[in-house]
Amino acid sequence: MPAEVRIRVDGVVVSVPAGCSVAAALCHAGRGATRQALDGAPRAACCGMGVCFECRVRIDGIERLGCLTRVAEGMEIGCDA
Amino acid sequence: MTHDAIIVGGGIVGCAIAERLARAGLAVCLLERDVLGGAATAASMGHLVVLDDDTAELSLSAYSCARWRELAPQLPATAEYRRTGTLWIARDAAEMDEAARKRERLASAGVDGELVSPAQLALLEPALAPGLAGGLRVVADAVVYPPVAAAWLARRAVAAGAQVRCGVEVRAIGDGDVLLADGGRLRARHVIVANGCAVPELLAGVPVRKRKGHLLITTRAQPAVNHQLVELGYMQSAHGGDGESVAFNVQPRPTGQLLLGSTRQFDDLGCGVAPRLLRRLVARAQEFLPALERMTALRAWTGFRPTTPDHRPLIGAWPARPGVWLACGHEGLGVTTALGTADLLAAQLLDLPLPFDARPYAPARFAPDAELAHAG
Ligand SMILES: Cc1cc2nc3c(=O)[nH]c(=O)nc-3n(C[C@H](O)[C@H](O)[C@H](O)COP(=O)(O)OP(=O)(O)OC[C@H]3O[C@@H](n4cnc5c(N)ncnc54)[C@H](O)[C@@H]3O)c2cc1C
Ligand code: FES
Repeated sequence: MPAEVRIRVDGVVVSVPAGCSVAAALCHAGRGATRQALDGAPRAACCGMGVCFECRVRIDGIERLGCLTRVAEGMEIGCDA
Repeated sequence: MTHDAIIVGGGIVGCAIAERLARAGLAVCLLERDVLGGAATAASMGHLVVLDDDTAELSLSAYSCARWRELAPQLPATAEYRRTGTLWIARDAAEMDEAARKRERLASAGVDGELVSPAQLALLEPALAPGLAGGLRVVADAVVYPPVAAAWLARRAVAAGAQVRCGVEVRAIGDGDVLLADGGRLRARHVIVANGCAVPELLAGVPVRKRKGHLLITTRAQPAVNHQLVELGYMQSAHGGDGESVAFNVQPRPTGQLLLGSTRQFDDLGCGVAPRLLRRLVARAQEFLPALERMTALRAWTGFRPTTPDHRPLIGAWPARPGVWLACGHEGLGVTTALGTADLLAAQLLDLPLPFDARPYAPARFAPDAELAHAG
């Protein structure tokens, strides 16, 4: 069993593998979408390397790229960026 | 067959001309080597703005903005035409004096502007930094999404009977015809060269140079901005010398994103984004909009403005080649001035009354035999 950290996604506490990216953590937590397009359509991480910007989420209040940010214990993630 | 007019280039200028000439009943063929509304048109901010730093620019841009207002009700929603107005921002008393002079100059072309006090400025645009001196608000200015507007003009041209062919490159301009890259030839009574920065590839003597610009767009976020905001020092940046310059210019997109402009430089002909210039662009914008510090940049890109030595476009006959017309060199204002350009060129070509004085734009001023033409 790898080590886990607890993060909150839109207020819900989930345990995810330590050391993974926020984008991977969201997937692991069963969250398909990172954000919504203007028309409400769900969007999710696509390139995984900081190019497409589809994985942007609010991390501790600041908009960041989920694929380039590592999870940390207690992180607050909002899928409303 | 012989077309009445072949238009080389399907940027916003070529598309506007195709639409205008097709509507006049000419057999028109527009040739675009890539996609409609690409190149400079796709890179641009799409600010439809009256500029007044020379009387010729003032009459062409004021006329063109009025034409955009007439067209607006017919534009598709995806062209995102919006009357945001322009708020010219003064940092100090000297710039406020300039705002007052600008108001007079605009008034001379029938364009209303109202001087705005620091208190009114804060009400109109709460996100602006404190301590600014005020500004000039021009409510008639607008913004449009240029590639959609260009493609729409081309569709209107087709509806009026024009042929529009993409993926067709003109290799050379002959005598009463054009040579295509695939070796074919198309005949035309008039050839209108509207291929933006690429004009010198076809007509070596035409003095059009590329002037690079950087833009950056943020993600959707606060602060809200209501007008297109431009610093009054902008014209100094636009016309002041050949060096590199950066001026504050921000446009609210209907999505809630902010589009930040813009840089100007002649010395870089590559399309890459220069981090050094982006930093200057953002730093400049933050002086006016401090909350930008908390925003996320989504994309940055560059484009090339087609520039002439006197910063005026070339609209009219090219004396060095009978039957060849120019519509190019619109620098940083070609989305705005495309419609006025089309009307002016059509009036010359069709011998109609001119909508305004054509002489300031006459390509003859740069023709190899310009001195002779003037002497005659
Ligand atoms: C960063 C930036 C911001 C700007 N902001 C604004 C703004 O806010 N408001 C404004 O009014 N203007 C703005 N402009 C200026 C405006 O974008 C240009 O003046 C305008 O788009 C020029 O249009 P055009 O049709 O002449 O050229 P282009 O849009 O460059 O079109 C030329 C076309 O010709 C085609 N072509 C070239 N060679 C050939 C060939 N041999 N055969 C066939 N086709 C050919 C090209 O593929 C291209 O599609 C901006 C420009 C830049 C770079
Ligand atoms: S997934 Fe493409 S930038 Fe993160």
